[in-house]
Amino acid sequence: MAFDYEKYLRPGKLPHIWCPGCGHGIVMKGLIRAMDTLKLDMKNTAIVSGIGCASRLPGYIDCCTLHTAHGRAAAFATGVKMAKPEMNVILCGGDGDGTAIGGNHFIHACRRNIDMTYIIMNNYIYGMTGGQFSPCTPTGHKASTTPYGNPDPGFDIAKLAIGAGATFVARGTAFHANQIDKLIVEAIQHKGFSVVEILDDCPTTYGRRNKYKSVIEMMNRLKEVAVPVKAAEKMTAEQLKGKVLTGVLYKEEKPEYTEEFAKVIERAKASK
Amino acid sequence: MAKKVAFMQGNEAAAHGALYAGCNFFGGYPITPSTEVSEVLSIELPKIGGKFIQMEDEIGAMAACLGASLAGSKVLTSTSGPGLSLKQELIGYGCIAEIPCVVFNVMRGGPSTGMPTGPSQSDVMCAKWGTHGDHATIALMPASVQECYDMVAEAFNLSEKYRMPVHVLPDEIIAHMRERIEFREPGEIEIIPRKAPTVPPEQYKPYDTSFGDVPPLADFGSGYRFHVTGLNKMQDGFPTTKAEIVQAEEERQVRKVNACIDDIVTFEEYMLDDAEVVVVAYGSTSRSARYAVNVAREQGIKAGMFRIKTFWPFPDKQIKALAAKVKGFIIPEMNLGMCSIELERCAQGKVPVLGIFRVDGEPINPEQIVEKIKEVK
Repeated sequence: MAFDYEKYLRPGKLPHIWCPGCGHGIVMKGLIRAMDTLKLDMKNTAIVSGIGCASRLPGYIDCCTLHTAHGRAAAFATGVKMAKPEMNVILCGGDGDGTAIGGNHFIHACRRNIDMTYIIMNNYIYGMTGGQFSPCTPTGHKASTTPYGNPDPGFDIAKLAIGAGATFVARGTAFHANQIDKLIVEAIQHKGFSVVEILDDCPTTYGRRNKYKSVIEMMNRLKEVAVPVKAAEKMTAEQLKGKVLTGVLYKEEKPEYTEEFAKVIERAKASK
Repeated sequence: MAKKVAFMQGNEAAAHGALYAGCNFFGGYPITPSTEVSEVLSIELPKIGGKFIQMEDEIGAMAACLGASLAGSKVLTSTSGPGLSLKQELIGYGCIAEIPCVVFNVMRGGPSTGMPTGPSQSDVMCAKWGTHGDHATIALMPASVQECYDMVAEAFNLSEKYRMPVHVLPDEIIAHMRERIEFREPGEIEIIPRKAPTVPPEQYKPYDTSFGDVPPLADFGSGYRFHVTGLNKMQDGFPTTKAEIVQAEEERQVRKVNACIDDIVTFEEYMLDDAEVVVVAYGSTSRSARYAVNVAREQGIKAGMFRIKTFWPFPDKQIKALAAKVKGFIIPEMNLGMCSIELERCAQGKVPVLGIFRVDGEPINPEQIVEKIKEVK
């Protein structure tokens, strides 16, 4: 029997705002399958986002959804999770929202290791505003504000998350749709701050400026550059040039923030 | 039983006033001269199972407060000028998404870093107009340590009753001054809870105006599933650009306060019955003004004071009534004439508005005010 996405979607809110060929819908379906696998209680689940195309995702899903201000998802979500640690808190958004204007909140959520899962849809561009370069736009590439090629070096979101203290970091792509829910499931099950970066495509504002002839070509690129971490172990540096590792890139057990704060409460009560 | 009394500073009293009101979440970022609020709450909140978090920046602190409030917490943040500037983005979010929270902002010199340890009253317009877009504002002006306690408690009530951010704006003198205060007994100040939904989850809409201009707000994680956004929204919480809905919602969000001004606005009248010269004052400046009025009375001048306790909404009605019967207003304030603008608007040219404006980090002393009172003919 075909998977029933509709029972997780809010009636009457489709069609979504995303352009034909955009990978965000693939990610949303992956998230829904992950929620289904985990049998998450939707009444007790919050999805929190910032601003941008990817940040419109929560509005379609029938749980507690919070579409915040640009870049602020992690900080709002931290408040929700601190207030109600029993809730499942999932964040989503794009690369510009999460690593530029929201970069500070992102690294500090990683540092605290607060038990939330952040799904970053990295399409290398600010799509909603018409295709300006983001901190993830590759050097030399074209955006509406880099007409002569992007002079900026880009962020590696996974490395940024690991460096800042996230205890679960994974990467997938919109092409590898069947892997997305598995990565999200593992991320949500992990106790601590988990980051799932999904390499995505924006045919409308990125693809057409960077000589991609079609969505299929963009998807094929994602297929070609992705190398599972296991496979990469057997490859030479030369073979890995220009490739991007996918799968679970990093995992460690560390004290989780709301549990640590519960201990603060215990100590404070004992000191009365 | 004797009341619990203490000798403490305004910032500390504010923290205790918050606890009295049921505050169970504080999100903040260190900034002079308001840091003592967070220090006290970092001690006291965990003792009652409350949550305290020091965020990575002022914006994050405001965001955490709004997130926690949506999850049902009663939230406080404290800050000062530069922090208020940063928080404006999300104070606006709190206004449009209608999320209760209290912002305790200790006024120091500005703009920018200004004079971090010097007193000022220059954030009164920033509280009103600092975030972009049209929105209602409530701002309270404590003039004593006791009022820091009481007004923070009252600010929680107003934020829950009107479902919006509420400012408490002490100047640095009030925040750091130490005085005797009384802790309130349970029930002495009525604590107003958040209006909870009465409909089942499947019928709930977070901006359902069939319940009035202040619709009930459900908590995340309480069985109600709904959407919150900073976009202009419909009654079900989802975004819209439909002109008539946006217009109606924007007007409602301002009307919910403007229609209740008489319930919100508080003030003190001091020797106003026969007053010919009225000193309008707020915060620490009102303490000098009171002294100045006494001195003027001793010299045979019919002076009085109108003390602003609620700066926003502004006490238009009271000031207009005074303007019809007095010879002039004196407005001493630690800025370059912010309240003066409002007074002139209300006075409508009927009587002169004479200002004493100081931004040098020094308080306005009574002698300055007495001299100005004598200028009114």
